[in-house]
Amino acid sequence: MDYAKIWFVLWAVLWTAYFALDGFDLGVGFSGWLAADGADERGGVFSSVGPFWDGNEVWLITAGGATFAAFPPVYAALFSWLYPALFLLLFSLIARGVALEFRGKVASAPWKSFWERTAAVSSLLVALLLGVAFGNIFRGLQIGPDGYAGTFLGLLNPYALLTGALFCAFFFFHGQLWLSFKAPGRAADRAAALAGKGWYALASLFAAFVVYSWAGTGLSGNFLERRALLLLPLLAVLSLGAARLLLAGGRRRAAFLASFAAIATFSLTGFAGIYPALLPSAIDPAFSLTVYDSASSAYTLRLMTWVAVLLLPVVIACQLWVHRLFAVPLSAAELKKSGMY
Amino acid sequence: MDTLALSRLQFAVTAMFHFLFVPLTLGLGWLTAWFETRYALGDDAYLPIARFWGKLFLINFALGVVTGLTMEFQFGMNWAEYSRYVGDIFGAPLAIEALAAFFLESVFIGVWIFGWERLSKKAHAACMWVVAFATNMSALWILLANGWMQRPVGYILRNGRAEMVDFGALLTNPYGWLEFFHTVFGGWVIAGFFVLGVSAWHLLRKNQEDMFKKSFGAGAVFALASSLLVAGVGDMSGVNAAKNQPAKFAAMESVWETRTAAPMTLLTVPRLNGEGNAVEALRIPYLLSLLAFHDPQAEVKGLNDIAAQDRPPVLPVFLSFRAMVGLGMLFILLSGLAVLVWYKDWFARYPRLLQVLVFAIPLPYLAIQLGWLVTELGRQPWAVYGLLRTADAVSKTVTPGQVWLSLGGFVVFYSALGLVDFWLLAKYARKGMEG
Repeated sequence: MDYAKIWFVLWAVLWTAYFALDGFDLGVGFSGWLAADGADERGGVFSSVGPFWDGNEVWLITAGGATFAAFPPVYAALFSWLYPALFLLLFSLIARGVALEFRGKVASAPWKSFWERTAAVSSLLVALLLGVAFGNIFRGLQIGPDGYAGTFLGLLNPYALLTGALFCAFFFFHGQLWLSFKAPGRAADRAAALAGKGWYALASLFAAFVVYSWAGTGLSGNFLERRALLLLPLLAVLSLGAARLLLAGGRRRAAFLASFAAIATFSLTGFAGIYPALLPSAIDPAFSLTVYDSASSAYTLRLMTWVAVLLLPVVIACQLWVHRLFAVPLSAAELKKSGMY
Repeated sequence: MDTLALSRLQFAVTAMFHFLFVPLTLGLGWLTAWFETRYALGDDAYLPIARFWGKLFLINFALGVVTGLTMEFQFGMNWAEYSRYVGDIFGAPLAIEALAAFFLESVFIGVWIFGWERLSKKAHAACMWVVAFATNMSALWILLANGWMQRPVGYILRNGRAEMVDFGALLTNPYGWLEFFHTVFGGWVIAGFFVLGVSAWHLLRKNQEDMFKKSFGAGAVFALASSLLVAGVGDMSGVNAAKNQPAKFAAMESVWETRTAAPMTLLTVPRLNGEGNAVEALRIPYLLSLLAFHDPQAEVKGLNDIAAQDRPPVLPVFLSFRAMVGLGMLFILLSGLAVLVWYKDWFARYPRLLQVLVFAIPLPYLAIQLGWLVTELGRQPWAVYGLLRTADAVSKTVTPGQVWLSLGGFVVFYSALGLVDFWLLAKYARKGMEG
């Protein structure tokens, strides 16, 4: 069995799970306040992700750790070449986490407002930076014979910025849909309306991304070669459409699941396009970091496969249980008792 | 300063800051779970106690989590050559830590915070047991990874890198297990003294005396047991260092001459230029050989027989080690007295001890930081002992300017976060318990 290929798939799945899961609490972080009217509703909006966001973020840590264990040269290259971007991402993630935890700790309006603003700015930055980073990966980095030959400003190319905007739009939609059945009172209806409006921006950005990817990057090659892969972008389009229709039909939970599927299939589309590279070179494919030259030894990958097979189901079961446990939104009394309100 | 020096400084700053928060978590989780279990088994007096310590746990936990992200990112950002060279074997325990421990921790802490009304008393208390267990498991995987850097095992040099060939060897590396127990028990000491100090503060003010006496008792017993355990494992760790890292052991004791039946000099003053000792007085015959190898006749290697480029910085390792050991003994004494005061209900008779315990809260923190200085500075000049030098581990493409910027950012950002968190901890600690 070719463990390197299995790990490419697992690597893509871990990042995808992170986007689709943390996506909604990042969206709530930067745009939840739009749906809330007054301090009480804002409290309800932020607390709606309270039991979930930390577990969601662990998918990022797992994706990073898996990159380190399964593809060490990719981990080393990605993090050191994009040093300033990673540094910004790290600070934004720290600020986001701290803001969500500290917000409810003092009962003063300026204190809460300060951390709500911090959560909003940092969540938006995380979404944008992830989008720009993966836009650059999908498009290919300036990797030459001696490693990275690009600049920090070079990362802010139109395609990457488009992908960054698309990530923000996805997470906005995803977050508002989450609120449409989790937020207290009328905030839920406002969130549903916002998601409905945001969908048009999301659909336009997604269409632009598909066209640009097809015409302006090397992503199309794999899809032309293996037509079955076209199922992924097709499912992304269908899920996106379904999310809109389900929302219009008042089936908000189902709409949220559809947007989950849309983010997941969109992300997998990108990863399917760059295979066998994990970090494609925009200069010459010969300089790309691929599954063939960047994977860990077969021994390590076999071990990690067993670890993933044994532990991932446990992790997923635990998280599903938490979603069931907190399916009914937290009451005001519960929020008070949590000390997070 | 060059990228290497700056990256080392940044790693030290961010790791030490991370480690202001992690160790309290390691112990306070168990204590909170214990208090809540008493409540779940029918003693209602323990509900406010569990909730009080749980709140302090959470405030502290928040920063432990977010600063942990930095640790994972930094291997790739600043230590790319290290990551390339050893990722095949070093990456696995880190990835397993995320999957096996960190997920549990993050999921169940969320359930614990918000689930008071959604779970039975016993199930809710069980969540805190899971959190406490998972935080300690987290430490196990991280320290097995660190233990591999101290004593690399289970690998082969192939394809220009260290490749794993024996995961079992990594799992059973005694260096990793000793670090695990020493660190975890050290964290428990911190938690014990934290509970003692905060309880003492309230007892001095006659606030909620009944509840804080209960807390004090649990903290005292926990602190004493942990102080004894950490000292015991510390002794084993010394033997382990002498056997596996003679340069580190020689630096810890500032021993320059190799000799058998080595005495311990109680008063040692190393020269600042790193060339021998200026003062060596108060010798206890055989003691150093005894401590190093549990054998009074054993040979202890001196720094003079270790090439200068293979020596760690002697003075900071030596001073940190002496201070840590001294503090460790103080903890046994203080927690022993605390147990006595609690057992005899002598709180009113010895207010001075309560005052000392309030001021003792930072001391175990100091000791655990000093311990890590011994471990990590003592490993120098190696990133992986005997295998990869720190100078060869740093990222080649990262410029000093970039690290200046990130280091400056960390110092400013972390200082602000640390101050806010400290203020919150103090605020909630002073507020006392509900109802």
